Order: sequence, then structure tokens, then C-alpha cells
Amino acid sequence: MLAFVWLTVTTALRILGRNRLRAGLTMLGIVIGVGAVIAMVGIGEGAKLAVQKQIATMGTNVIILWPGATTVSGVRGGQGGAVTLTVADALDLKKKIPLLADTGWAKRDVMQIVNGNRNWNGTINGVSPSYLTIRDWSFTSGGPFTQADLESAARVALVGQTVVENLFEPGEEPVGATIRIKNVPFRVIGVLAPKGQSAQGSDQDDVIFIPFTTAERKVFGTPFLGSVGALFASTDRVEDLPEAVEQIREVVRARHRLQSDQADDFTVRTQVDIGKVQEGTSETLTMMLFAIASVSLLVGGIGIMNILLVSVTERTREIGVRMAVGAKRRHIVMQFLIEAMTLSLFGGALGIVFGVVGAKLTTIIAGWPTIISGQIIVVAFFFSLAVGLFFGLYPANKAARLNPIDALRYE
Amino acid sequence: MSALIECEDIWKVYRVGDVEVQALRGLTLTIERGEFVAIMGSSGSGKSTLMNVLGCLDQPTKGRYRFGGTDIGSLRPDQLADIRNRQIGFVFQSFNLIPRTSALENAQLPLFYRGLSLKEQRAEASAALQRVGLSGREHHFPTQLSGGQQQRVAIARALVTAPSLLLADEPTGNLDTQSSREIMKILEDLNREGITIILVTHETDVAAYAHREIVIKDGQILSDRVTGARKQVEV
Repeated sequence: MLAFVWLTVTTALRILGRNRLRAGLTMLGIVIGVGAVIAMVGIGEGAKLAVQKQIATMGTNVIILWPGATTVSGVRGGQGGAVTLTVADALDLKKKIPLLADTGWAKRDVMQIVNGNRNWNGTINGVSPSYLTIRDWSFTSGGPFTQADLESAARVALVGQTVVENLFEPGEEPVGATIRIKNVPFRVIGVLAPKGQSAQGSDQDDVIFIPFTTAERKVFGTPFLGSVGALFASTDRVEDLPEAVEQIREVVRARHRLQSDQADDFTVRTQVDIGKVQEGTSETLTMMLFAIASVSLLVGGIGIMNILLVSVTERTREIGVRMAVGAKRRHIVMQFLIEAMTLSLFGGALGIVFGVVGAKLTTIIAGWPTIISGQIIVVAFFFSLAVGLFFGLYPANKAARLNPIDALRYE
Repeated sequence: MSALIECEDIWKVYRVGDVEVQALRGLTLTIERGEFVAIMGSSGSGKSTLMNVLGCLDQPTKGRYRFGGTDIGSLRPDQLADIRNRQIGFVFQSFNLIPRTSALENAQLPLFYRGLSLKEQRAEASAALQRVGLSGREHHFPTQLSGGQQQRVAIARALVTAPSLLLADEPTGNLDTQSSREIMKILEDLNREGITIILVTHETDVAAYAHREIVIKDGQILSDRVTGARKQVEV
């Protein structure tokens, strides 16, 4: 048996070697198909990892609550249009739900910031100190403000990297400097470590944090004291998120005196939900690319089938001779299947090489992250084997079903 | 021991479109082991069909064909392949060697399908090539050999399995006189060693090497006569 397989493989190689150009062109479809699959999946996986990294910059096990939409005379205000969530909600949630590690709150507005003769329009966030820990902000210099700063509505600010770049001279130390927001002087006490783009694509470093109370009373001029733009909460373990969300909804609904037939006047999302949406997007992309690559593999397979059918016709006499000297049907089937699989495997191997090189080039040229897993290479290998097997079956059977007499007579 | 070939009233009917062709019409024939038989006849006489049936490439439509005591009519294609592989060697007019494949590998072919180890295949095939006087040409491709040499490779391929029957279909049809003589000499020697040979030909001087001459016409035996002394060999 081993001798049979070995001789069949060497025979197949020799037959393919007779017509190198033809074999090469036949393999091209598989090469392109497998190469595309490898490169596409590599790029898709890379994109997925990048998204996961972005999601991680949100913090750890974060739950976010936004005020719901209001409807005034049929005009819907859109999400956040109402001022239904308050600081009191946040404090009460923390008191009533032991699952929550912490709760925080924030309110934002875009305003002009001035430092000496430079100015910049940045997002001012009035936040609680707990917000900074929930969102995992760290510092390159200085440090966060404290509960005391919040209570005394201190005029202290934390600045993000983008703000530093636009508001300060290169080399100028921001910590200790005084900047003005809406003409109110603030002392910079900390510079935030960069987080890069958010999962939604916005610049997370174009940000200034000031104590919530300071923002409310001295900068934003809020009509309803204590109303927040968003509430934040965190749990210690990621598994607790769904349960925590349920409890938060119950508590907030009770606090807002909502009847059981009324809809929530707020929206709750967890970091996991947001991550899923993003991963879903990149998965859709991966699936689409995979579909395109599969079509090209299919075309490659049909190419192999076509060339094998030609080969069966060309070698009809040879098949007849083989049958006359005692080749059984399975021998003939094996011979053509092995030829098909040799073609598809060579094509697949070349495709893997091209795919890996293509993915690496994408990283070098376009700067997209790519990940080539060993798994996808193994899958591609077996897939090309399967393509050869599948598309080789018909020509192989056709050869094996030849009548030896007709085959011997074939001119 | 029974006769090698026993045909009893065999018919072979083809259908070409709407026309029914009766290639063999109730032919009865017995060939003993060790015989050297020439089958003659004009084209369309049915001799090629008879040769296909005798070589187990085809099965009769009707009648009984026993080869070495086995009823061929009831066998499946793979069983026929086994009989051809182990008991029958073919030599064709157009040599029918596998192109771009060395003489040795061509001669190995039947053993390859029998499933012998590569080493055994090579040993047997070189012995067979030596037997037909082709030592030293093992690694030549068919295109590098003369017609006579190619036919000798084909004989080696037929011999390699030590068959009981060697079927030669116009073996000298494509050869010059000198090569023809050499090929016939080899067949004569093989017969002397005990191999039954059936030779299909329309050349009387080639048929003269045989010891029995059967003439076929319209799918039936027209004449069957002994033309030479049969060299009796104990088998």
C-alpha cells in the first residue's frame, strides 16, 4: 500500500512536471484563494484585537447609564435629552447594590480653554474622583483630584495629551500652570496618560477633567443642580455585570417612580455590550472577506477539475493500458485524486506563503495590525486538500468508469 | 487439469445506435495449456472481439467462457482486473507503453497494481527486461527506444507476472522484418518454456510460428487446424 501511494505520488509529480505551465496556471486559483483567506483573516483578526484593546481603554467592567429621551408634545429629545439621572442616583446605587465596586458621574461640554496666548476648544468633563478610577485613567505627571476637591469645588484641572500638545509650548511643564476655562482660572494638577482612539473613533486624549461641583457651579451654569450627563459604575468581576445591570435598573426605576407599564427613562450599557457591537462589525467584515476568498477557492477548484478532465481525455489510452495490466477502479481513482490533491496542496502551500507575506506587507505599508494564527494555516492547508479531493472526484470517477477496450482503442 | 480456455457457444452482441452487431455468433473453442495459437481473419471478422473476451477485457453476452476453470461471465470488473493482472499478459500492435516513463517502470506496472514492494517490483522487472534482452536499457524512455525494443519492453511487462496466457494482438504490425523476427523468436522461446500464447494476426508468415491456426469469419470459426508439431512441455 505504501509503495502504491509513493509511486502514485511520484507519478503524479512527474505527470504535472511534464506540463509545468499548465500545472502552475491551474494552481493559481488555489494560490489566490488560499492567499486571500490567510491575508484577510490575518487582517480581520488584527482589527479585532485592536478593537479589543480600544474597548479595554474604557476601564474594567464598566457600566454606563445615560439619561433617556424625553418626548415633549411629540418631539422626541433624543438620548440624553432629559435630565433624569442625578448625583443622588449614583450615591444611592452604591449604597443599595453591594455588587458595585464604585459609582461615578460625569457631565461634559465643549469650551474654550486659554493658556497665555494659546487657546483650544476641548471637551470639559466635570467628574467625580471615582470616575477616574472606574475609567482607569493614569497619570504621566501629577495626580488626580480628591473628594475634598469635589466637596470644596476646587479650581483644579487634569489635562489629556491632546490638550497638552495644543495648549502648551513643547517642553513646558503643564503641572502647576494656570489655565482659564470660560475665564475661570484653574490650576493644572495632573497630566493624563494617553489612551488613544476610543472604540467609536473619537480622540480620548482631547479631554480636561475638573471636579463635578466646580463644573456645575462655576463653568457650565447648570439649571438643575445634581443632574449628570452619564452615570458610571463598576463591578469587581466581569461575570457580575449582567446581574449588576438588572439591580441598577430596579433601583433607578424605583427612584424615578416608574410604573411597571412605563419604559425606562435611562439607558444602561456595559463595556461588554459595546465591545460586542464593535466585534460584530469586524466579524461582519471578516465574514465578507472570507466569502470573497471562498469564491476564489471555488473557482480554483473548478480550474483543477477542468484540467483533470482534459488530462483524463489525453491519457485515455494510458488508462486503458493500466486497466489491461490489472489496475482496478480504485487504483485509477486514487491516481487522479492524488494528482488533484498534489495540485491543490502545492497551490495551498504557495497561497499560505503569499497570504502571510501579504499580511505582513499590509502591516508594513498600511500600518494595519495583522495576526496570522497557526490555526488558520492548518485550516487553509486542509481546506486546499479538501478542494482537491472534492473537485478531483468527478474526473477520477470518470477515468475509472472507462471501458478498458474503448480506452485502449482511443485515438 | 482442465484446459486453459473453454468457450462454449459464446455470443457477443453490440448495439450501435439502432443497429445490432453480432460480433461473435455461437463460437466454441478450447485451448490447452502450452499451446501456441494463431487467430486469423479479416477485419470485421470478430477476431478482435474474441481477443477481448479471451483476455478478460470484455465478457460475452451469452454462452460460457471458462478461463483456467473459472467462469468469467459472472465476475465483477475488479475480479476481471485481478485475473488480467495475475494470469494474462498483453502485447499490443502499438506497444502501448506509458509515455515519459522508463522501461523499468513500464515493466513494473502490473506488479505495482499487485501491491508488491518497490524492491520486489524492481527486481522482477529487471529480470523480465533481461529476459527480452534489454539489460542496460532499464532507464530509457520509450521515445529513446526503437520499435522493436519498445515491443520487447511490452513483452517484459506482459511476462513480469509469470502469466499462464500471453495475448499478442498484431505484435509485429508496426515493426520491420528484422524486428518482427526477433519478437517472434522471443514468443517462440516463451512458448517453449510453457506459456500459452494466442497470437492475433493477418500475416501468414507470422502465423506460421504458431502450431495451430484458427480462422474466424462472421463471428464463427471457419477453420481450425494444427500446422506444426506442438512442443510438449510438462507443466
